[in-house]
Amino acid sequence: MIAAISLAIAAFLVAFLVLPVASVVYTAFATGDGGFTFSHFESFFRISLMRESFWNSLWVAGLSVAFASLIAVPLAYFTVRFRFRGALLIQTLGVLPLVMPPFVGAVAMQLLFGRSGSVNLLLNQWFGFSVPFMDGLNGVIFVETLHYFPFILLNLTVAMQNIDGAMEESAHNLGASGWRLFWRIVFPLAMPGYVAGASLVFVKVFDDLGTPLVLGVTNMLAPQAYLRITSVGIEDPIGYVISVIMVVFSVGALWMSARILKGRDYSTLQRGGTSLAKRRLTRGQAVLAYGWIGLVLLLVLSPHLGILAMSLSKVWSFSVLPEGFTLAHYETVFTQSSRMIGNTLLYCGLAAFIDVALGTAIAYIILRTRLPGRELLDWTASAALAIPGVVLAIGYLRFFRGIELPFSDSAFTATWVALMVAYAVRRLPYALRSCMAALQQLHVSLEEAAENLGATKAASIRRIVVPLMAGGMLAGFVTSFITAAVELSATIVLSSSASTAPLSYGIYLYMQSIAGRGPGSALGVIAVVIVGLGTYASYRLSNRSDPWTR
Amino acid sequence: MDKVRVEARHIELSYGATKVLHDVSLTVEPGEFFALLGPSGSGKSTLLRLIAGFNQHQSGELLIAGRDVTGVPPWKRNVGMVFQNYALWPHMTVMQNVSFGLEERRLPRDEVRRRAEAALELVGLSGYGARRPGQLSGGQQQRVALARTLAIEPQVLLLDEPLSNLDAKLRVQMRRELIRLHRRLGITTLFVTHDQEEAMTICDRIAVLDQGVIQQIGTPVELFDRPANRFVAGFVGTVNLFEGTLERDGGGARLRSPALGDVPVPQDLATDIAGTVEIAFRPHAVSFEPGGATNSLAVDGVIEAGEFLGEFMRYEVRVGSALVVADQPHRRGGALLGRGEKVRLTVPSREIRVIVGP
Repeated sequence: MIAAISLAIAAFLVAFLVLPVASVVYTAFATGDGGFTFSHFESFFRISLMRESFWNSLWVAGLSVAFASLIAVPLAYFTVRFRFRGALLIQTLGVLPLVMPPFVGAVAMQLLFGRSGSVNLLLNQWFGFSVPFMDGLNGVIFVETLHYFPFILLNLTVAMQNIDGAMEESAHNLGASGWRLFWRIVFPLAMPGYVAGASLVFVKVFDDLGTPLVLGVTNMLAPQAYLRITSVGIEDPIGYVISVIMVVFSVGALWMSARILKGRDYSTLQRGGTSLAKRRLTRGQAVLAYGWIGLVLLLVLSPHLGILAMSLSKVWSFSVLPEGFTLAHYETVFTQSSRMIGNTLLYCGLAAFIDVALGTAIAYIILRTRLPGRELLDWTASAALAIPGVVLAIGYLRFFRGIELPFSDSAFTATWVALMVAYAVRRLPYALRSCMAALQQLHVSLEEAAENLGATKAASIRRIVVPLMAGGMLAGFVTSFITAAVELSATIVLSSSASTAPLSYGIYLYMQSIAGRGPGSALGVIAVVIVGLGTYASYRLSNRSDPWTR
Repeated sequence: MDKVRVEARHIELSYGATKVLHDVSLTVEPGEFFALLGPSGSGKSTLLRLIAGFNQHQSGELLIAGRDVTGVPPWKRNVGMVFQNYALWPHMTVMQNVSFGLEERRLPRDEVRRRAEAALELVGLSGYGARRPGQLSGGQQQRVALARTLAIEPQVLLLDEPLSNLDAKLRVQMRRELIRLHRRLGITTLFVTHDQEEAMTICDRIAVLDQGVIQQIGTPVELFDRPANRFVAGFVGTVNLFEGTLERDGGGARLRSPALGDVPVPQDLATDIAGTVEIAFRPHAVSFEPGGATNSLAVDGVIEAGEFLGEFMRYEVRVGSALVVADQPHRRGGALLGRGEKVRLTVPSREIRVIVGP
């Protein structure tokens, strides 16, 4: 029974993850008649646009990590070091950006920080100069930094909170304090958290397709892969070469962080121990801390406010603030695009359901059975984390070309099913982690007790395991759902018609034209509301850590 | 209900290269209260889980009521187990927990209710049915776990260190409770513990395990008075153990011990034994009173340390290069002997156990 389920899961992962990605890699190295060649890579590096895109992608990802660290490290330190109300603000800061998909905020950022955006208009008016925040790659770096710094903030905060206060006290005792204490003790101990966050930021930025496209930046790897496949054609090897390069960098970054983290679980906090001592702020520190938090808050909120303003404004260009407000854009969206909202609910709901079902099954197989090769399931499912959405989508186009969906006349990749499956595969790692965590907290003896009292394996799973895992499963569902709802990389590649397109694709389409910005923003606000509600729900669910003992 | 016998015959169990149980054979008589005693890692819990069906042995036979249960899944064994951490389901009320096994047996609803209530009453928790396990104290949780298991009227009751999560006072109280329940129900019961005092006070017979091997099976008194080997002697109670060679010379016998030196031993200890042995005696068997019986081992020593434990004084006495532990009963007004005082130790030969072999 368990073996049959495992085989079915394995078949799903092989068909919709392993083989499509393998076909991408194969195509990048194959000659016309199936031989092995490096020539595609050579021609890739002979094209100056490709070389430029390659360095640009690295530059953008690298600088985004640097700027994100600059924002996040002080915030994390404030949270664990000082006893002040700002800590709550910082927590909010850590979630706000994630609620807004970066490509949605990008247009608003252009209006606020662009060459003729509000900020530069004011600067010009008052001081006679402007800052190229949003010019070309700068814009991508700016938007990505503001969107992804929470990954570093959250990971680093947790790592710092897990440092035993005795670590610091003994350093004090031996004569270290201030900056030396921070750089020699606190930061090194929190390093694993930083590395985990930073590598995630690098990968996310490197793989992002939506943000550069919305900002009109095409000389980067992800946009080039997309353009090559959609304009030159599915047979163009350069698109596959780019895909392989992207996979290599993603896998490389995650592998490196895993290597650095290996054997360095520094969470030294013992049960009943106390974490780092919290201090009150001195007056000077308070000014500094609140100043920094205020600045970051302003920046972080600007895309949210910008989008809201855009969705409500009649005309907004070459002016500091919109000229006149209206609700017409929402009307347009609800009459024209309510279908897209429904599509998103359907696709993401189905994808999240598949994720939770697979996640629960895989978690059970890994943690509760001795099935040979069970780790392989875990690795494969988690590997989806390292596969950029655009690469997975290209893999689908390549591997399933000419294959029709059963009981219909349309090609598999032309239907919404392909998109839904792509969502499911890409978000499976999130749901899997959530289910694993939930099952890990269940002591095996709870199931053994059921079996001992006469319940079969199936009955004990139904009556004991699933009810006790329900919180984790639901949290996994919500996480999968909301992250899929704002997925754009695979969506752009796999969406073929407006009638089957989801919300995220709708926003992208609207944003292409100046006239569409209003409705696009309105749709964006709706997406933010959906994601915001979902995030709140998952936060409530996962914080209900042990609901039964109260 | 019929009382059943549990029988293990030459059981072998290993995880990969590590042998967890080696040639384990034992018989638990119908209605017996039987302890599996050993340090952690001795295989006692593994043996218990084997009987419950959570582990599978590679060879040997396991019989419950004369039937080989090898390969029978846990849910078909009707062997009730109380887990060390109780394993109460937090999402169910006490009543739902206790009813679970009965429901799985597809009993009619009113019978489930009747028997669950009876089980709760048996452990003194009637009226607690609507609560959640998280709202109960440790001792109450323990009783619920017991009630949940007893409700299905198991053929055999398995208790996995059931008292280890309770505080000292509650532990003694629960011990009595277990004995009372066992007397009343008469279920064949296996009890895993690493606490020799617990095993000796509760159980009819004890099997001592070490490193997956049964060292000795016997009543508490047998284990205490006639330990089969060095391990059992050391594990069950405190013991003085000395290695040496037993030699007979003319009228008497001598023990040549590297630690104690060359000491004369009573003739009757060495009637049919000679060669390398270990002699073992309990601290309370040592007397400081001069002029002990002729049939005594007698050595001179110096007090190294002493502690007052209320009912008795426990001394460490240096003899040669060895330290002998000696307990002296305390009478009102008696004073602790000081460090460096010379004493003569005598141990009657009937209190000395000679262990041959390893």
